[in-house]
Amino acid sequence: MPETSPLIQAIFGRLTFESIPLHEPILIGTFAVVALGGMALLYLLYRYRLWGYLWREWFTTVDHKKIGIMYMVLGIIMLLRGFADAIMMRIQQSIAFNGSEGYLNAHHYDQIFTAHGVIMIFFVAMPLVTGLMNYIVPLQIGARDVSFPFLNNFSFWMTAGGAVVVMMSLFIGEFAQTGWLAYPPLSGISYSPGVGVDYYIWALQVAGVGTTLSGINLLVTIVKMRAPGMTMMKMPVFTWTSLCTNVLIVATFPVLTAVLVLLSLDRYVGTNFFTNDLGGNPMMYVNLIWIWGHPEVYILILPAFGIFSEVVSTFSGKRLFGYTSMVYATVVITILSYLVWLHHFFTMGSGASVNSFFGITTMIISIPTGAKIFNWLFTMYRGRIRFELPMMWTVAFMLTFVIGGMTGVLLAVPPADFVLHNSLFLVAHFHNVIIGGVLFGLFAGINYWWPKAFGFKLDTFWGTLSFWFWVVGFWVAFTPLYVLGLMGVTRRLRTFEDPSLQIWFIIAGIGAFIIALGIATFIIQMAVSIWRREALREHTGDPWNGRTLEWATSSPPPVYNFAFTPVIHDNDAWSDMKKRGYKRPLEGFRAIHMPSNTGTGVFLSALSVACAFGLIWYMWWLAALSFLGIITVAIAHTFNYQRDFYIPANEVVRTEDARSQLMNGGR
Amino acid sequence: MPMFRSLRRFTPFLLLPLFLLLSGCNWVVMSPSGDIAAQQRDLIIISTVLMLIIILPVMALTVLFAWRYRQSNKDAPYDPDWDHSTQLELVIWAVPLLIIICLGAVTWMGTHLLDPYRPLDRLAEGRPVEANTQPLDINVVALDWKWLFIYPEYAIASVNEVAAPVDRPIRFNITSSSVMNSFYVPALAGMIYAMPGMETKLHAVINNPGVYEGFSANYSGHGFSNMRFRFHGVDEAGFDEWIENARAEGGALQRQDYLELERPSEKEPVQYFATVDPLLFRAILNMCVDPGKMCMSEMAMIDRGGGAGLAGLSNLLPLTYDKNIRRGAVFGPKPTFVASICTVEEALAAGQPDPAQDRRVTGGAPLTGAGLPRPTRISFPSFSSPFGALQPSNI
Repeated sequence: MPETSPLIQAIFGRLTFESIPLHEPILIGTFAVVALGGMALLYLLYRYRLWGYLWREWFTTVDHKKIGIMYMVLGIIMLLRGFADAIMMRIQQSIAFNGSEGYLNAHHYDQIFTAHGVIMIFFVAMPLVTGLMNYIVPLQIGARDVSFPFLNNFSFWMTAGGAVVVMMSLFIGEFAQTGWLAYPPLSGISYSPGVGVDYYIWALQVAGVGTTLSGINLLVTIVKMRAPGMTMMKMPVFTWTSLCTNVLIVATFPVLTAVLVLLSLDRYVGTNFFTNDLGGNPMMYVNLIWIWGHPEVYILILPAFGIFSEVVSTFSGKRLFGYTSMVYATVVITILSYLVWLHHFFTMGSGASVNSFFGITTMIISIPTGAKIFNWLFTMYRGRIRFELPMMWTVAFMLTFVIGGMTGVLLAVPPADFVLHNSLFLVAHFHNVIIGGVLFGLFAGINYWWPKAFGFKLDTFWGTLSFWFWVVGFWVAFTPLYVLGLMGVTRRLRTFEDPSLQIWFIIAGIGAFIIALGIATFIIQMAVSIWRREALREHTGDPWNGRTLEWATSSPPPVYNFAFTPVIHDNDAWSDMKKRGYKRPLEGFRAIHMPSNTGTGVFLSALSVACAFGLIWYMWWLAALSFLGIITVAIAHTFNYQRDFYIPANEVVRTEDARSQLMNGGR
Repeated sequence: MPMFRSLRRFTPFLLLPLFLLLSGCNWVVMSPSGDIAAQQRDLIIISTVLMLIIILPVMALTVLFAWRYRQSNKDAPYDPDWDHSTQLELVIWAVPLLIIICLGAVTWMGTHLLDPYRPLDRLAEGRPVEANTQPLDINVVALDWKWLFIYPEYAIASVNEVAAPVDRPIRFNITSSSVMNSFYVPALAGMIYAMPGMETKLHAVINNPGVYEGFSANYSGHGFSNMRFRFHGVDEAGFDEWIENARAEGGALQRQDYLELERPSEKEPVQYFATVDPLLFRAILNMCVDPGKMCMSEMAMIDRGGGAGLAGLSNLLPLTYDKNIRRGAVFGPKPTFVASICTVEEALAAGQPDPAQDRRVTGGAPLTGAGLPRPTRISFPSFSSPFGALQPSNI
């Protein structure tokens, strides 16, 4: 390679033509598809003049409902990317036997499993969970928006910015080849000199800003903006789990930020926090990242628990059994989730007493979790269970999750962990709880709240198909991994020697393809439902005979959510209101004070992505300029005094009258 | 342990269905050949059975309730406002609690008994280790991407193959040369991380002769998939033969050879070394195989004495061989020390050549301060380029 001139180097940093992976046919194909799809999308946007609409109504919105939907869209798009990685791994592992190298080289394969983990956790599960919380929590507590509406928009765009950085690594340079937690020394500059780990670091840092701020926002919203009468112990369980999740986010994401800062200092300015020499200690990184990492899994699962609580109670037509113990179980899980991180590395050589301590604290978490399962069970007891899609997902969850919980407690026994750690048994376990818990919960939530967000139900035929593909696909894909783990097969292997293992990987691959059908049918379900929306339309705003406040308003809710702030007398507020013969107020509307849209979040996020790109490629001028830009835009935004407006009373009257007409016509 | 012993009787029955299902497959974790792995397997079974006590009823009740209370079944009672029962609450918190208490006790005992650092006290069920038994020491080094095994007792070494006599306790002393790995022979015992500059230990014993697979169980870079080795469990005679074979076939493993071996490589064939530098493993562990590198143990000694800072002054003084300087002349300058450099300006000033202060050993003039000549110019790469560490040459 010829020496590049200092000028070129100053401008482009380490970015050269060789950085574009032209030698990877898979990536070229992907790029072609993405580029064509992107161009088609741009053309459609241009053709139907949707730019202005998208910008005004969506990108710059501060409405928590629209932001929630944008989070969901982001999560579903990234699910496709993360799942493409998964299926590539499954194919590689089912063919790389008998001396075959498979079809992926180590450089590519190692990026794929790293990207799969990072994307699925940070850019699929997190946006989907945050999206649901964003949409539902303010409605459930009778608020008109979150506490800090601009911050909400900004948080979303930072999360999206992180996703953009990850996606850029696909076509410019490479992604990390370290595993999804990037343990040093492997992720240090000595052993990972390329841009991969830098992409990893900056994608998570950019998205982390969004996650932390959104955590603060929802936390404050729940604490400060509940409708009058809604005491803490009258909050819906989903709001409770969201509260605990956001407490966890606020308390743990700074740890992730700090540990990644230390890692980047090691990589950029030659400090020695986690290096082998000069007093560095990689074990510190492992501890710190798991002090974030373990609460993170509860950040994901707690809202799912909340969804199941809402769904079980609604579709059993019963009050939730043991509300108080449900709340305490959630709080106990929140606290205990901080005391278990070491169980991710029993095999690092801690003493027996330390290992036992963390093993037993881990097991203790299963007590409140078990209590929750029982509470759902006894909510079903003496109910009238309607097996609509959300309820089907919930029953599938209860049957699947207990197995994942059991293998989790098994892994918490240190001597058992010594033989199962890092094995495919572990991989099967955490997919069992994340797919069987978080994802099933998200599907239950999407099917449950879709009519609230769009005013029509989701198609049940395709939904049922998707449900069965997912549940069957999950078990076909991951039971073999449990078996392989017991056969002593470790994770992240690219090639295998023992030919007797192959059949299990082929079965797992088939399972992955069944899940692919589950994803496809889910997307078809949404498409068909949008197509047939008039047939699926419902005008009451309360299609499931719901119990919580979000069902009290129209579907989709007006911008201001509630024309009058409801007053709460009981938990299951809407159920209580219906029982006491609640009449929707039809007059006396007043102007409503609302926050104004702003594009600042989009600008800040775009500048952050540019800054990250500059830092990744050592284009210092770009990093410096865009950082300066971030500061400037942030300061300039403080001079923006057009932050709020009033929806005039007559517009509120119009909106509410339109709803009255629909409700009368719909009946 | 009585608990383990009583379980031992049931183990075959518990495993029977699994074996019937998959008799052709090698469930090595469930049917290991070493006592430690076998006890770990027993713990897996005990814990699973303990948890199934509650998991199975929950799953059955879920299906039962879901069926019985379906909307179309109008015979089932419907009680929409029933949402509390103190007795039930007590049961649903107490039953998991009791199970976790049992499991916690098993965990506490099992973790202590099977602590990889704990020397073995039995070879197998009912066969205690005889007093004065010296375990076989095997030093393990995880390299990129192969395994080096050093037998200090026999002064031989091997790559990607390790052997041990059946029923003799083994003590693995494990480290790594560059990144984290995990040393794992599923048939023998659980895994333990191999980390650079650190030593982990694993005590184990193999009970059945055979050739078993071992590998790294922690991703360590591109060659990770091929980081495999074979563990040979052999009888005494076979072990002696293996050692003799290594001595006959192998070359020498001195520090230079190690530095050559340490370079990243994949799919390395089995190699033997007839002689090994006896201090090599200590040097690897202390990251000072390269000649001229200070060993971490030495650095730790200096640090323990207060380091090279102000606190360590009394430790540094005995190391300064500058008799005539300190004694000096009667009217000469007082002895001087660099206590610390506080500011950037001071540091830069210290780097500037100062003719008045330049005390080279020339012309028999009395010396003060450190015995070495001061460099005429100290350059600070980090000041001349704010990102000195990032220059391509360093990467």
